[in-house]
Amino acid sequence: MIRFKTLKLAAGLLLASGLFANTAFAQDNMRIALVVKALGIGFFEAAAKGAEEAAGELGNVEIIYTGPTDTTAEGQIEVINSLIAQNVDAIAISANDPDALVPALKKAMQRGITVISWDSGVAEEGRQMHLNPSSNSLIGNMIIKLAADHLPDGGQVALLSATATATNQNIWIEEMNKVMGDYPGIEVVATVYGDDLADKSYREAQGLMQSHPDLDAIIAPTSVGIVAAAQAVDDAGKSGEINVTGLGLPSEMAGAIESGASKSFAIWNPIDLGYSATMIAHALASGDAKAEAGSEIPMGRMGSVTLDDTTSGAMADPFVYDSSNIDEFKTIF
Amino acid sequence: MSASNTAVDAANVIPDRIRSRLEQCFKSWESLLLLVAIAIFIANSLASPYFLNAWNLSDATFNFTEKAYIAFALALLIIAGEIDLSVAAIIALASTAMGAAVQAGAGTPVLVLVGLGTGLLCGAFNGLLVTRLGLPSIVATIGTMSLFRGISYIILGDQAYRGYPADFAFFGQGYVFWVITFEFVLFVLLALIYGVLLHMTNFGRAVYAIGNNPTGALFSGIRVARVKFILFLLTGLMAGVAAICLTSRLGSTRPSIATGWELEIVTMVVLGGVNILGGSGTLPGVVIAAFVMGLVTFGLGLLNVPGIVMSIVIGALLIGVIALPRLWSKWKHR
Repeated sequence: MIRFKTLKLAAGLLLASGLFANTAFAQDNMRIALVVKALGIGFFEAAAKGAEEAAGELGNVEIIYTGPTDTTAEGQIEVINSLIAQNVDAIAISANDPDALVPALKKAMQRGITVISWDSGVAEEGRQMHLNPSSNSLIGNMIIKLAADHLPDGGQVALLSATATATNQNIWIEEMNKVMGDYPGIEVVATVYGDDLADKSYREAQGLMQSHPDLDAIIAPTSVGIVAAAQAVDDAGKSGEINVTGLGLPSEMAGAIESGASKSFAIWNPIDLGYSATMIAHALASGDAKAEAGSEIPMGRMGSVTLDDTTSGAMADPFVYDSSNIDEFKTIF
Repeated sequence: MSASNTAVDAANVIPDRIRSRLEQCFKSWESLLLLVAIAIFIANSLASPYFLNAWNLSDATFNFTEKAYIAFALALLIIAGEIDLSVAAIIALASTAMGAAVQAGAGTPVLVLVGLGTGLLCGAFNGLLVTRLGLPSIVATIGTMSLFRGISYIILGDQAYRGYPADFAFFGQGYVFWVITFEFVLFVLLALIYGVLLHMTNFGRAVYAIGNNPTGALFSGIRVARVKFILFLLTGLMAGVAAICLTSRLGSTRPSIATGWELEIVTMVVLGGVNILGGSGTLPGVVIAAFVMGLVTFGLGLLNVPGIVMSIVIGALLIGVIALPRLWSKWKHR
């Protein structure tokens, strides 16, 4: 009965304070909600692990890991509404729809909640900042570095891209070409297109090996191409001779790492992403940092992120996966 | 004409109840459901300190209002022995049509007409398939479900329509008075309209008659095909209304809008005590069921219960509410 009375009192307080109910419940803990596209996806479970890690470092932070059952905007809006109702301090969201979430997230911001997006962004007016896992220039540099690191004396590399018109891949290759000067002795002998089809990528990789017998590495900045190329190299018995690298998913590349067809590859690390998003949300919600163009926001062990004109920023270099950590990540995503 | 029929005419009522009104009331589905709703409300208040807040409860109504508009019309359709599974796809197509109208420079009044018109057209198409071609409604509307959403996908692909006029936002985001949203006012209004239509008009009697015995209804002079066609029209129209509100609330259109809503809406109708095979059910039951589903999802949301657990709870609720009265009567008649 006493409990019920306190509740009624509390409810009365909340009603009275209306819109500004934020402080009606004195919370020792800062509550940060990590909202994902849908629950039950390995990538996001890993991000939640990172968020918990950040919470442990910060202390007094409670992580609410939540999301809808299906990857729908409507489902995320219901989740956002319930988070607004709970007066959480911050929402860090990977959005199912950049536009449809804007009204709901605007409401959250109007009620004093810090809102950031990460991984999959929200339109500018619906968030304070967006955290990209990486940037085009960092990816462009990483893909050539992955190959060069295993070629101390230089060598021939070939690119196996997606389609010739693929925007992402073309930008990354362009960025790679800009930094080729940093890797003397590395020569790009060919660029072929596997159209993100497994069989075509496989044949293109075979073609590369035939036309360039001295080939040292194949760089595939696409998760389809890298798997197909690794398979082609392995089937040709050239594992260890030709290093297949680029961007791939640990779960799909575990076999290639094991066989030696790939020494290492890269992709963003979901644990770091969840960790950084939490750190940023905490910094913004506690007033330690401001989300403005040009501002620098600390992210704990991940350094800091600098925001551009669209108040978005890149977290870090893509994370490198090799035989030392593939077993840990292959079950995650 | 038999003697009993004359007696009915004299009393001017059709006796649809065997038990007394009071007994009926206490043992009815609606009162059981109302008890469930009250229990959920109390449980929510005790479980979360954030539940009893006018603004929060107001936000919570968005969880069910748009779905309920369609559930009202669908309840009548299901009572008449038909079903429409294309309602969520109609939302997608109506929203896409409105988005296209915005790109052509249409203002809010035109957008509303486009939304309602698309809904009506889709409803008419479903109605024609069922009443003219004689297709089973479940098959016809599974077909149109893919068709309507497919058209949206062809038009939009992975793109989105944005740029809805500012005053268009009122339907899904506006408040009529204090915390009372436009959507909630519309919910009450539509509940009244459909309640009157089903329970107080000849049309409503015809709906029950068709659901219980379409052939009998036909021989009683009820224009069965016409009534069914009107019900499909109404269901399409309500999907258009829901499309306007949802699009306004989201401020944008994607072809994936309202994915999976058809099953939630059917669940709402069945939870409301409407016999899925037709013939019985009431509108107040559907209204209470809408509240039950909204309160459950919002209450569990406040406790940050994962969505999949919510689906399990709704499923268990559905089976429980349907099975309990049957178990009860079995136990009593043992």
